[in-house]
Order: sequence, then structure tokens, then C-alpha cells
Amino acid sequence: MGTDGMTGHLTGGLQWNLGNDTRQLFAYHFMVNAFRAGTVVAVVAGAVGWFMVLRRQSFVGHTLAVVSFPGAAGAIWLGLSATLGFFVGSLAAAVVIALVPRSGSGSPSSEESAVIGTVQAFALACGVLFVSLYGGFLDSLTGLLFGTFLGVSDRQVVTLALVGVAMLVVLGCIGRPLFFATVDADVAAARRVPVRVLSVVFLLVLGCTAAEVSQITGALLVFALLVMPAAAAQQLTARPIWSLAATMVIGLVVTWLALAVAYFSIYPVGFYVTTFGFAAYLLAAGFRWVANRSGSRRRLPVMGVAAA
Amino acid sequence: MLLLVSPVTGIAHLLEHPFFRYALLAGTGIALASGLVGSFVVRRGQVFTGDALSHVAFTGALAALAFGIDLRVGLYGACIVFALLMAFLGQRARADDTVIGSVFAWVLGLGALFLSIYTTSRSGTGGLTGNAGVSVLFGSLFGLSADQAVAAAAVSAAVVIALVAIARPLLFASIDEAVASARGVPVRLLGYAFFILLGITAGEATQAVGALLLLGLLAAPGGAAQRITPRPFVALWLSGGIAVVSVWAGLALAYAVPNVPPSFGILAVATGCYVVAVGASALRVARRRRTHQVGTASAASTARMGIETT
Repeated sequence: MGTDGMTGHLTGGLQWNLGNDTRQLFAYHFMVNAFRAGTVVAVVAGAVGWFMVLRRQSFVGHTLAVVSFPGAAGAIWLGLSATLGFFVGSLAAAVVIALVPRSGSGSPSSEESAVIGTVQAFALACGVLFVSLYGGFLDSLTGLLFGTFLGVSDRQVVTLALVGVAMLVVLGCIGRPLFFATVDADVAAARRVPVRVLSVVFLLVLGCTAAEVSQITGALLVFALLVMPAAAAQQLTARPIWSLAATMVIGLVVTWLALAVAYFSIYPVGFYVTTFGFAAYLLAAGFRWVANRSGSRRRLPVMGVAAA
Repeated sequence: MLLLVSPVTGIAHLLEHPFFRYALLAGTGIALASGLVGSFVVRRGQVFTGDALSHVAFTGALAALAFGIDLRVGLYGACIVFALLMAFLGQRARADDTVIGSVFAWVLGLGALFLSIYTTSRSGTGGLTGNAGVSVLFGSLFGLSADQAVAAAAVSAAVVIALVAIARPLLFASIDEAVASARGVPVRLLGYAFFILLGITAGEATQAVGALLLLGLLAAPGGAAQRITPRPFVALWLSGGIAVVSVWAGLALAYAVPNVPPSFGILAVATGCYVVAVGASALRVARRRRTHQVGTASAASTARMGIETT
């Protein structure tokens, strides 16, 4: 939070001149790195989040995102790298949740959601314990929870890019069968699509992505980048490829805009990311509403509903 | 350590500290309310809404801090308004988890904004400001004053009484909404009433275990009770009991072991109860399956023998 607050005073301020302001944005190396990292994160989170929203696993996604915090706190307590902790925390939670059988393709049953909720709360409690054992790293605690967009190192950017590419490759390989299994699990199972294996692999991908994104946005705000662009895009069009593309575009625009505005402002990046994301969602929902009212002959189908 | 060696003197020793008495008073009330409400949350499949509420609680509390009003006003206000919004969306627009997720992710972003406003506007007062955000997130049961403890216990008592008053029709509506509304149960009204109680409980529990962990106090006891018994009323009270025991044991643990925060102790015990309940129910299912198989096999063999003898 501290670094975020400082940047507003550090710069010459907004001049309302597009050329000058853009040049000013990229004048500092940390800002260039923030844009690089933000781009990677927006694309990967968009793609994975699109499947997450389609599969109605927002609660799981949120839990995996939040759980990266105790991982990082534990790693710092043990003197390891926080990056490692982020990944271990999220992947461990993904494995625990994957062990719980999913009942069909519908919304998770009440027992399952109780499991997810308990995993999340216990993991966070462990995070509190690690913080307490380590003894007062309040500044980095806020960083872990709300992100340090503006303190990304070159090495972190490379790691993020590598993990991001790996996630996209895995998602590319399982994308078609995963989509099939999501839209109609029974038919997919009948056609010998390994539905259960796919859902476990997807959970692991979701965990890795959540860990990756949370290094930038902080454990509490990952969820915004996962859910909002996808939710907005799926309001706009029912065609899978278009809405997937729209998700990534919306994610990128939201992230870039948020970084640029946060640079000239004293308020944190996380606030702008979530606000622009939510605005995109509201705009998309409004567009859909207007389109349905004016052209009542052809109602826009929603992807999620069409899939359910 | 004393607690383990001789429990009676240990507990007497514990109760000598005023801060522990306040924590116990507030904690017991909050636990009972969360356990009872949590039982319904799990049964109605609204755990994700509870998750969302926990983040709203954080934003509400920090908004109050940022604007310099009483923290509890923001806390309860935000929780109740958000709970009513969820109830409204749930009944009008069939809010799915994507809508809930988008809304609360934004609310959390607002929380980050208020945290930054609060920390920048009061940077002169030293370490206290940094702690405010942390204690909202992770609770400060050991830091309650006498007034706060009594207020928390009173609010909890009101929630428990209200919930018990509507428990029977609410249970009916939770288990089979269509039949309940056909029988003249005011399903919608009950839904709103329940969400208000949930909002108040979320505000309460935030003071005890913190915004991030209140989900555990709602989900773990409710889930555990539901695994242990199929009877809904037994599950309701069992859930309240598990929550209260978790808070007591957690507080004792936090007192006995240095560096263990009370929130972790409470959540660790609650999660332990849940794991035990899951294990027990899995064992029971396995045993029933085995006896069932043995039973059918022996029945079949006696039947065969009967045919052979005749």
C-alpha cells in the first residue's frame, strides 16, 4: 500500500496530454514491469476465469485465490521465497478440494460448499498463525493481501510469463474436451471423455493461475480478474470463441487502464482493477438488456444458462 | 501448561483475567448465533453468500474507520444492506455465483480503497492504524472491552431468539420451498428475515474471528452437524454446540500456547470437528454397506436353503 500511495507524488502529475502522459507512464522501469506482469496476468486469468465462470466454480476459484495468502505467509515465516509459497498454498488447496467428489454438473451441493468454505477458513486461519509466529510484518501483510503491482522485479516477470505460457498450453490441450464436459457432463462421459480427470486437471490449473495472479494483485483481489472479465464477456455473446476472446480483451483493457490511472492517483491499483472490472460487467449486462428489449425477436442467449 | 496439568485450577486461573472473561462472554454468544445460523446457511446452500458477506464486512468496517464513525455502524450497516441485496437478487434475478462474485470482488476493491484512505489520512498516529485493518480482517477477541463484550452477547442473544422463533417454518422452507409455499408458509418473507439475521451474525462474528475467518464459523459447525445426523433439529443445535465448544477450546488454546492467535485456535478446533465428522460418516457408510451386503447374502442363502429343504 505504501508504494502505491507514493507514486502520485513521485510523478509530475497528469497533464491531459496523451503523448506526454504515456511517455511519463513508461519512464520508470517499475511501471514497465507492472505493465508486462499485468498483461500476462490479465490474459491467463481471463482464459482460466472464462472456464471457471462457465463451470460455475466461482466459489472454488475464490477459495484457491485466497488460500495463496497462507502459503506465502508460511513461506516467509520459514524463510523461503513467497513465490514458492503462493504456488504450494493454492495447489495444496486444489488437491484437497479435488478429493471431494463433485455431484454432477450442477451447482455444488451444500455439503461440498461446506467443505470448500471450511478449507478456505482454515487455510486463512493458518495464514494468521504464520503471521503471528513470524511476528509483525504488517506492511508486507497488506502487500500479500492487496497486492504490490508496482514492485514487480524482472525475474518475477519472467517467472510469471513462463507459468502463464504453461497454463495456456495446458488449457489449449484440454480446452475442447473440458468445454464438452462442462456443457454436458453426461453426454461427454458417455462419449468416453474423462470428465473426472479433466475436472481435477482444471482445478490444478485454476490453483496455479490463482497463485500466479495473487503475486501481483494480492490474494484478496485475484478473484476480480478471474470472474469479472469472463462474466462481462459471457453477457455479450453466446459463441464460445468470441466470448473467450472478449474475456481476454476486457481483462487487458481493465488491467492497463487501472495501472495507468493508479499511476496518477494516490489510491491503490486493486481498487481501480475491481472498479473498472465491475463497470465492464455492468456495461455488458446493460448492453444485453437493451439488446433484448429492442430486438425482442432474437433474444441473446446467455452462455452459462445455455450450458446448464 | 497449567491448563493441561490441572484443569480446574487452570480454568479458575484463566477466569481471573478480565480480558479472558470478556472474550468468553462475547465468544460464546457469537459462537452460538453463528452455529445456529450456519446450520441454515449450509442447509440452504448459501455458503458462498457467507463468503461474500465476510468481505463486505471488511469493507463496511474500514469505510466506517475511514470516515471516522463507529466501526460497528459500518460493519452492521454493510452486512445487512448486502444481505438484503442478495436476498432481493436471489428472488428476482436468480443471482448465480457469477453475479455474487462480481459484486463482492468490487466491494473488496472498495475495501482496499478505504484501507488506503484510512492509513494515509491517519499516518501520524503510528502503529495503531496498521493494526486496525488487520484486526478487522483477523479478529481481536482478546481485545474487547466490557461494554463491547456485553453488547456482542446481547446482539447474539437477540439473533438466537429470533432464529429459534422462525426455526420451524424456515426449516420447512429450506428443505422443500415449493411444498412449504403451497402450505401457506411465507417463504419470501422468511428468506428476507433469514438474510437479515445472517447479516447481523456476520457483523458480530467479524469482531470475534475477523472478516476473513467468519466463513469457518458459519460453514464448519453447520457442515459437521449435517454429516453427523440426518435429523434437522438435532443438527441445528449440534451445530450451535460445536461452534461454542470450538470457541471455548480455541480461546483456551490461544491462552495456553504463546503466539497462537485466538482466531486460529477457534478455526483449528472447528475444522478438527468437521474432519472428525466427515471421517465418522464415511466409516458409518462403509460399515452399513458391508452389513447390508452380509445381510442380503445371508437372507439369500437362507431363502435358498428354504427352497432346498422343501
